[in-house]
Amino acid sequence: MARSPARPAQAAAPAPTASANTANVSRDDLLKYYRDMLLIRRFEEKAGQLYGMGLIGGFCHLYIGQEAVVVGLEAAAKEGDKRITSYRDHGHMLACGMEARGVMAELTGREGGYSRGKGGSMHMFSKEKHFYGGHGIVGAQVPLGAGLAFSDKYKGNDNVTFTYFGDGASNQGQVYETYNMAELWDLPVIFVIENNQYAMGTSMKRSTKSTTLYGRGEAFGIPGEQVDGMDVLAVKAAGDKAVAHCRAGKGPYILEMMTYRYRGHSMSDPAKYRTREEVQKMRDERDAIEHVRQLLLQGKHATEDDLKAIDKEIKDIVNDSADFARESPEPAESELWTDIYADADPAPQTA
Amino acid sequence: MATEILMPALSPTMEEGTLAKWLVKEGDTVKSGDILAEIETDKATMEFEAVDEGTVGKLLVAEGTQGVKVNTPIAMLLAEGEDASAASAASSASAEPPARTGTGENSKDEKGEDAGAAPAAARSAVEAVSTPEPDESPDWPRGTAVKQMTVREALREAIAEEMERDETVFLMGEEVGEYQGAYKISQGLLERFGPRRIVDTPISEMGFAGIGVGAAFGGLRPIVEFMTFNFAMQAIDHIINSAAKTLYMSGGQMGAPMVFRGPNGAAARVGAQHSQDYAAWYAAIPGLKVVQPYTAADAKGLLKTAIRDPNPVIFLENEILYGRTFDVPDLPDFTIPFGKARVARKGRDVTLISFGIGMAHALEAAEKLAGDGIDAEVIDLRTLRPIDYPAILRSVQKTNRVVTVEEGFPVASIGNHLSAWIMENAFDYLDAPVINCTGKDVPMPYAANLERLALVTADEVVEAVRKVTYR
Repeated sequence: MARSPARPAQAAAPAPTASANTANVSRDDLLKYYRDMLLIRRFEEKAGQLYGMGLIGGFCHLYIGQEAVVVGLEAAAKEGDKRITSYRDHGHMLACGMEARGVMAELTGREGGYSRGKGGSMHMFSKEKHFYGGHGIVGAQVPLGAGLAFSDKYKGNDNVTFTYFGDGASNQGQVYETYNMAELWDLPVIFVIENNQYAMGTSMKRSTKSTTLYGRGEAFGIPGEQVDGMDVLAVKAAGDKAVAHCRAGKGPYILEMMTYRYRGHSMSDPAKYRTREEVQKMRDERDAIEHVRQLLLQGKHATEDDLKAIDKEIKDIVNDSADFARESPEPAESELWTDIYADADPAPQTA
Repeated sequence: MATEILMPALSPTMEEGTLAKWLVKEGDTVKSGDILAEIETDKATMEFEAVDEGTVGKLLVAEGTQGVKVNTPIAMLLAEGEDASAASAASSASAEPPARTGTGENSKDEKGEDAGAAPAAARSAVEAVSTPEPDESPDWPRGTAVKQMTVREALREAIAEEMERDETVFLMGEEVGEYQGAYKISQGLLERFGPRRIVDTPISEMGFAGIGVGAAFGGLRPIVEFMTFNFAMQAIDHIINSAAKTLYMSGGQMGAPMVFRGPNGAAARVGAQHSQDYAAWYAAIPGLKVVQPYTAADAKGLLKTAIRDPNPVIFLENEILYGRTFDVPDLPDFTIPFGKARVARKGRDVTLISFGIGMAHALEAAEKLAGDGIDAEVIDLRTLRPIDYPAILRSVQKTNRVVTVEEGFPVASIGNHLSAWIMENAFDYLDAPVINCTGKDVPMPYAANLERLALVTADEVVEAVRKVTYR
């Protein structure tokens, strides 16, 4: 029996979803989405600034524009669920509750960072928040995410793993090896394709004749759908559905999130592969944060002053994280030689 | 307070650039995301966006200016209610990038003071944990009963015992279950442990290696079987980038406690793509441990240690050795620690250092040499990461001559590494150059006669020993 997609494919550029605009959502939830998305945006803007000042080195991939995807999906998660993503990972960490200070200090390569300065922008982890990285090889996180789901199924709990990757990673062979095994073994993994429409500078239509990416799961029997990734309520609704599918033991699910990144692929992106007008149009017409802001104001859930207070609170968190990231010392030189091998031998779990 | 807008670094290597064009003028109001200027780097012309909102107070650098250093103030941004006079009063105390400190002396290990008595400064994490004195204790107590067992049976017993001991241990790979193992290592395990823990995979090395690493991140102890290590090249990104590096990249928060195992090296007449020894490849990687056993006792004791080790372990087996029989101690829980070489034969005149199937050639050569009155000591390294340097040092100090024996390619071989280490740490004890006996620098041929020529032989080892002993 073919499990057909729940929604018809959309055009490459996301369109507003009328149903989500009127979805039943509480004031507190809306305010939380607004706050969480704004934190990511302001954090990333600050990271861009610190990069420009030379405080952040190497590669730095900003998430600006895509905030609704992680915030909407985190709203569908419960304690114990896992998440893993690529190198464009700051937003995922903030959304799952990791501290802005620890993330920013990792960006500056300092002792106070999540990896004590040894991972950098692309390699952060949090056992406490079930965040498993932070992976720099495009597509490698896909089988890793399925492996996390394998561990939960093996243990017999009902946790799910959110495995995020981009439209670019969708052309890696290991994604399809993973789809095959994930469906074969009914692994509780949600494959979240963040389709921001550009793999570095290569647009989707220059890299594939597939019209959708979620549709590629059909060959393996994995259901999926395309979602307006600029609408946090649509993302949350799709996330709820996917999570229910996985928790019920029905195997993996694919969510193709149609989204858009406003900034370049990394900090050194010449931005020659798309027009300024295209970017500006998305910012003006489809911005995920502005969308929720309007819902809050029009629904009289918040006043301009309420939102200003949130803006200030976020700004304070971000500035505090930047101060912390500057003041935290570089790791001790002895750190060069630590964490290469684990030496603990934990007691075995008896059969 | 007015904010200085600084010349940004727009790539990892940019130190200066050209302020090609201003897209705002003094008095313009801007908000976050507005394009302020176009800046030319050595690679491209890039747009520079505002981060804060405010009014452009003063443009400090004219458009067209070349060689503007990163972090130079290029404009002043005024907050609400400020006028241009605030711009000049603004502090220029912008954050300086941290001074980059040199590597200094701390990277040296304190054990490095006496190269004659101890290995020199640790240059790798595995060296650092080596003890200065070789551990020459026997692998099992004298008087222990032994049983005859093939390497295949020993490996199977190790897996079964560890799966009994630890519920989180499972085996995955191609044909490990219903087929009973492509080389029968896992024979009977599916019946004993069931399909939840003996997991047949499709032919997807990259995919199942990655799933195995993810399962290890998630708290399990996977044993990933490669039908042969030749196929693991499809999966090597996960072995190295995902398994070996994560503990370090996560600041010690999480790693991959797991074993990648399977036959490695030449079998017989299977041609170039199925006949390669990967010992030197994996031994080069910090974060991995690498084991290559020769005897059945070592196969069992080291595989049990590998499964218990909290790090990713590469366990290199050999198809030709699977059917060979050795003594294995009849003990309920027999393990061998990593980093402890085995002196397979004591001798005075020359040290032969080998591992895996190379040991067969080394021991055969030692027998032949004994007939000619040359008394060879034969050391089986057993683990290549960590390497038992103290055992090597002790033997070199005694025999003053070394020949290494391995099946792998000659360039960047384990023998090359040992030669360099011995030269640096025991130069004064050497009475002859170290010779590396290796496989030949050719892809493995199919023809029987050519294959014989491509592999290392006992006769080549004998010849090398004659050279270093000048006899």
